[in-house]
Amino acid sequence: MKAAMTAFASARYVLRLYVTGLSPRSMRAISNTRWICDTYLSGRYDLEVVDIAQHPAEAKDKQIVAAPTLIKTLPQPLRRFIGDMSQTERILLGLGLDVQLP
Amino acid sequence: MSKRTAASLPTLRKARTGIEGLDEITGGGLPAGRPTLVCGSAGCGKTMLAMEVLVRGATQFDEPGVFVMFEENAAEITANVRSLGFDLDALVAEKKIALDYVHIERSEIEETGDYDLEGLFIRLGYAIDSIGAKRVVLDTVEALFAGLPNHGVLRAELRRLFRWLKDRGMTAIITGEKGEGSAITRYGLEEYVADCVIVLDQRMHAQISTRRLRILKYRGTAHGMNEYPFLIGTHGFSVLPITSLQLDHKVTTQRVSTGIARLDEMLGGQGVFRGSSVLVSGAPGTGKSSIAAKLVETACRRGERALFFAYEESNAQIIRNMRSIGIDLETWVEKGLLTIHSSRPTLRGLEQHLVMMHDLVRTFDPAVVAVDPISNLTMANEDAEVKPTLMRLFDFLKKDQITAVFTSLTGGGDDEGSQLGVSSLMDTWLLLRNVEFTGEHNRTIFVRKSRGMAHSNQVREFVLSDSGIELVDVYLGDSQVLTGSARIAREAQENAAAILDGQDHQRRLRQLACRRKAIKAQIAALQAEADAEAEEVKFAITQDSLRKRNTHQSTDAMAQQRGGTKRKKQ
Repeated sequence: MKAAMTAFASARYVLRLYVTGLSPRSMRAISNTRWICDTYLSGRYDLEVVDIAQHPAEAKDKQIVAAPTLIKTLPQPLRRFIGDMSQTERILLGLGLDVQLP
Repeated sequence: MSKRTAASLPTLRKARTGIEGLDEITGGGLPAGRPTLVCGSAGCGKTMLAMEVLVRGATQFDEPGVFVMFEENAAEITANVRSLGFDLDALVAEKKIALDYVHIERSEIEETGDYDLEGLFIRLGYAIDSIGAKRVVLDTVEALFAGLPNHGVLRAELRRLFRWLKDRGMTAIITGEKGEGSAITRYGLEEYVADCVIVLDQRMHAQISTRRLRILKYRGTAHGMNEYPFLIGTHGFSVLPITSLQLDHKVTTQRVSTGIARLDEMLGGQGVFRGSSVLVSGAPGTGKSSIAAKLVETACRRGERALFFAYEESNAQIIRNMRSIGIDLETWVEKGLLTIHSSRPTLRGLEQHLVMMHDLVRTFDPAVVAVDPISNLTMANEDAEVKPTLMRLFDFLKKDQITAVFTSLTGGGDDEGSQLGVSSLMDTWLLLRNVEFTGEHNRTIFVRKSRGMAHSNQVREFVLSDSGIELVDVYLGDSQVLTGSARIAREAQENAAAILDGQDHQRRLRQLACRRKAIKAQIAALQAEADAEAEEVKFAITQDSLRKRNTHQSTDAMAQQRGGTKRKKQ
């Protein structure tokens, strides 16, 4: 368990955030996600923000229903977060990051 | 109250479904540019209906469609509808249909704040734009309730979705699972989709399932209110729409032969009217099927198409059995003029059988239809249901000027009953009966009724032989009706009597000749006797004279000896 945690603690994160246009909710989601990544995954994450309004085929391919949706492809397993990413604790848990919130 | 009549107002625009029967009961199709809710329990055909509306829209009415599925993926649905003859792959390639599989894996999802379903909207919009869709199916959108935890958001978004579809002018079909109790759908979708609600239902009766369709509501238009049986057949969905019996079908004076010369003779000399219905009823083994088969074969001989529905025997069995009485059905099957459709009556409910018959008749377009026997179809049904349902069939056949022959099994004996109450709907009723007499069963036939023609009131004997069906006059005499071997025996008896009469005269003449000969012989014998007597007499006389001479001589001799030479000297 400990080893697994350490693995997560050092793994590289591949994240993709799907938003719809420049709506306030989208903007909130982008800034919240950026903040979490910078704070907890500093230097070991790839974050791509995709506007599905502009790339609707992506939405179909990646099974996006709700927006915004953040998908963690790596490390396994795949997780989806839907919402404006304001519930930091849930995201951290979902990302497998065992950190004490300030 | 407005004084304007409904007709003067622009009527609701409708999108034709192309489904047999559904367009009729909806008065032209689903509400165009509005959502329609199709609900029903699992396995009652919601997806099939939705898909068919979409495919027919795309192929027949030039209205491309988007199918958004929430439960099955594209490969699964493509395989499923292939059985209905829809090639989704081709339609997708032609950009007539777009498929999108929307899937939410509940276990992967984490809610992290405020969200909406814009992703779904974008995908739908993208699919619609990619093919210029006019129709949309959401099957089954309720699956989202299982995938998304926040039902409040979901409901609000669904409401927005249906509104959005309406605004975009999409003719949409939303399917929904039937709810418990009186609820129309499990998640109350009817709250958002209120323009048209179609309820599909599958129910079991006497272990036979029947599917029915009902239009629960159709805002702004008149529609059929009843439950209509439907079937998902090889050509897709079909609803049996005929509800009102409009007795306005065309009639013809053209007659068609039954193929049995003497039966035609009994029916005014020319057979039955084209487009009329013939009921052949009788106890088991009276030859009902044979008459039906003969009629069908005769139609084929005329070059007409015929359809034979068999509910008792398999195709091969019918062909074999009919061949034994000289009716060759196989040739016509091979030539494509005859289709024998055999199935178990218990396979479906009565209504579904009728829908299937309806379908087959529509596709095969026959001039003659035989149903053998119609009584089997009704085995599992309550009588009250049977008559109106059969009426639909008769009416449909009549409307298309199809000559129909139905056989009906009766219990035997004199109980002819009213034949499921359908005999009154029949134009011609042939009654077959078994007559048991002197240890054998024989078949008789008579025309119980035949509308619009002078028909015979005579009972004929009905004989099945290698050479076919024959009607023979029964023996009438000594105030009784004889059939079969009794008739034959009677006829033989009469023949024999006639022969005997002839022989008697001969015998008498011969007797006379004999007597004559005998008398002659007698005369000859008497003559011979007389001759014999005459001889006797002659002989006696000769003897006598001889004796007399001898006596003289001996007297002379004695006299000489005594000295009387005198006499010698004399």
